[in-house]
Amino acid sequence: MDKETRRLKRIKRRYRGEITFRVLSVSAIVLAASFLVFFLTDIIRTGYTAFEQTVIQTELTYDADTVEIPQLAVSEEMGELVSRGFLRLIPQQVEENPKLMNTTQTQWVLAEAEVDQYMKGKPNKLSEEETAFVDNLKKEGKVKLVFNKWFFTNGDSKLPEMAGLLSAVIGTVYVLILTMMFSVPIGVMTAIYLEEFAPDNWFTRIIEVNINNLAAIPSIIFGLLGLAIFINLFGVPRSSALAGGLTLSLMSLPVIIISTRAALSSVPDTIRQAAQGVGASPWQVVWHHILPLSLPGIMTGTIISMAHAIGETAPLLIVGMLAYIPTAPSGVTQAATVLPAQIYTWSGDSLRAYTERTALGIIVLLSVLLLLNAVAVILRNKYERKW
Amino acid sequence: MENNIKMKSDNLNFYYGNFKALKDINLTFPERKVTALIGPSGCGKSTYLRCFNRMNDLIKGIRVEGGIYLDDQEIHDSKLDVVELRRRVGMVFQKPNPFPKTIYENIAYAPRIHGLVSKGSEMDDLVEDSLKKAGLWEEVKDRLKSQATALSGGQQQRLCIARALAMEPEVLLMDEPASALDPIATQKIEELIYELKERLTVIIVTHNMQQAARVSDYTAFFYMGELIEVGDTSTIFTNPTVKKTEDYITGRFG
Ligand SMILES: Nc1ncnc2c1ncn2[C@@H]1O[C@H](COP(=O)(O)OP(=O)(O)OP(=O)(O)O)[C@@H](O)[C@H]1O
Ligand SMILES: [Mg+2]
Repeated sequence: MDKETRRLKRIKRRYRGEITFRVLSVSAIVLAASFLVFFLTDIIRTGYTAFEQTVIQTELTYDADTVEIPQLAVSEEMGELVSRGFLRLIPQQVEENPKLMNTTQTQWVLAEAEVDQYMKGKPNKLSEEETAFVDNLKKEGKVKLVFNKWFFTNGDSKLPEMAGLLSAVIGTVYVLILTMMFSVPIGVMTAIYLEEFAPDNWFTRIIEVNINNLAAIPSIIFGLLGLAIFINLFGVPRSSALAGGLTLSLMSLPVIIISTRAALSSVPDTIRQAAQGVGASPWQVVWHHILPLSLPGIMTGTIISMAHAIGETAPLLIVGMLAYIPTAPSGVTQAATVLPAQIYTWSGDSLRAYTERTALGIIVLLSVLLLLNAVAVILRNKYERKW
Repeated sequence: MENNIKMKSDNLNFYYGNFKALKDINLTFPERKVTALIGPSGCGKSTYLRCFNRMNDLIKGIRVEGGIYLDDQEIHDSKLDVVELRRRVGMVFQKPNPFPKTIYENIAYAPRIHGLVSKGSEMDDLVEDSLKKAGLWEEVKDRLKSQATALSGGQQQRLCIARALAMEPEVLLMDEPASALDPIATQKIEELIYELKERLTVIIVTHNMQQAARVSDYTAFFYMGELIEVGDTSTIFTNPTVKKTEDYITGRFG
């Protein structure tokens, strides 16, 4: 009887333990999820307004004076409300289309950032008269919010209403392509050599240990390395996509090597034996059998390391990619910037109008990362092991 | 023995690092005959078998002393390419290990890398012929383009045999080819071996005494890395000269 009660007690205690454990783990997950939800809603709430931009309908005068002083093209009150960045384009417009000279056009023109903030119901620095004027325009239907295509077709600008992501996107694409070009072939070949051909001696073991340690080094160190080697030693232009791509490939190499080795070693030895047994040379074994079977794994590893590279900022700051780039670079040696660096620049700006652009930039970056990870997951599931 | 000697080992010693797995093995394999290697687990049968197509080369830290000959040519001789050796000496493993490719591709792979056929139609014929020799043709002729890994274990093993036969080897090494199969699949493999010796020399490792007795012409008994006794299968099974052989065959140990 005594034994029986002790047994029951023990069972009860075990149940209690299990319940506590479950409650703890569920609350950890809930906590993590709520952080994520909080972060995402905050970003989206701040950022979605940047999908729209205010435009104002106004009369534009094109003549000799306004080409000299674009400010004169609109009425004095209007001059305060439309974007100075737009007015500055007037001489260029005339040059491109001489027929405009000595005409007056009614046009929808990009509004100044403070007007835009006012239209979106956000804090702004408009004076009371200006507010009244804008309200009036609104009644006449001469001011409205339209889809902000400029965010995706413009480069950076000192005027928030003109600032866009395009040059950062192009910079990121350049950097990413270069990173892949350098790190994937070298990384995959290194991994193949180490996994399939290298003799097992102290030298290869030292290399292995070092590669594993490299993956854990803070990324900013790679920036310093890139600065010292590529820029100072080889004279690669500072701030260029080439410098960024080379630096990031240093950083991606260990990850690609490690994931490729994992993919190669997951191919069972029986397949190597089968191939060797029918007289395939070591290289044929790898090329015809091992590599095709480990390709999905290699691709998954590559995509994930590229996703890291896209989000990487620190090493790129060191090679000078935190630059002000109003027009997209047209080559890999020109000064360029990347998405996270652009977001970082905007987030540090004191003008309020940059806040929503920062958030929208983050949304774009996150969407790209999400897409890449989704591709990696799909690849992994589609090519589940076949043996 | 009335036949030509196809393969032989001369004072063969084999080491895994410091461990001597084979001790001074002298053995000859007559052409177009089946020789069975028997002996308790761990006695070195697989090691010995793998010496003949140099599959042991893949293992780190091994050392071979003595000679192994294929048609009077030393197989470690630099004049004999190891790829060529493995084409002439095919191998079937204990566990079926088809490539995770189509049935057709499994058979066509070796002839292609060795350049044995040139035209596509020749390849089709070779695939059909090899599958027929392995007794698998009727079962798979309608799904040559489907995955080999979807076949049953016995079918996979016959596919592996067909794959080896497609290289037109002179010798076939088989390491317990039927140990993972049910009795019917086993019987098919045994019948197949019986047909194969019309064309080639077979060396087979087996744990199954009845199987050795049924399929082989000669039997060699190994114990702890040593060759204890070798002779006509009928003699070994009915009238062995060494006591240990008799003990093993009658199931007193092993
Ligand atoms: N790769 C290896 N490294 C070190 N020792 C090995 C290796 N492979 C086999 N051995 C050893 O060599 C000896 C012979 O092994 P082998 O596989 O040839 O035996 P076997 O007769 O085929 O046994 P079984 O009937 O169980 O397959 C064993 O003692 C084994 O432990
Ligand atoms: Mg064995």
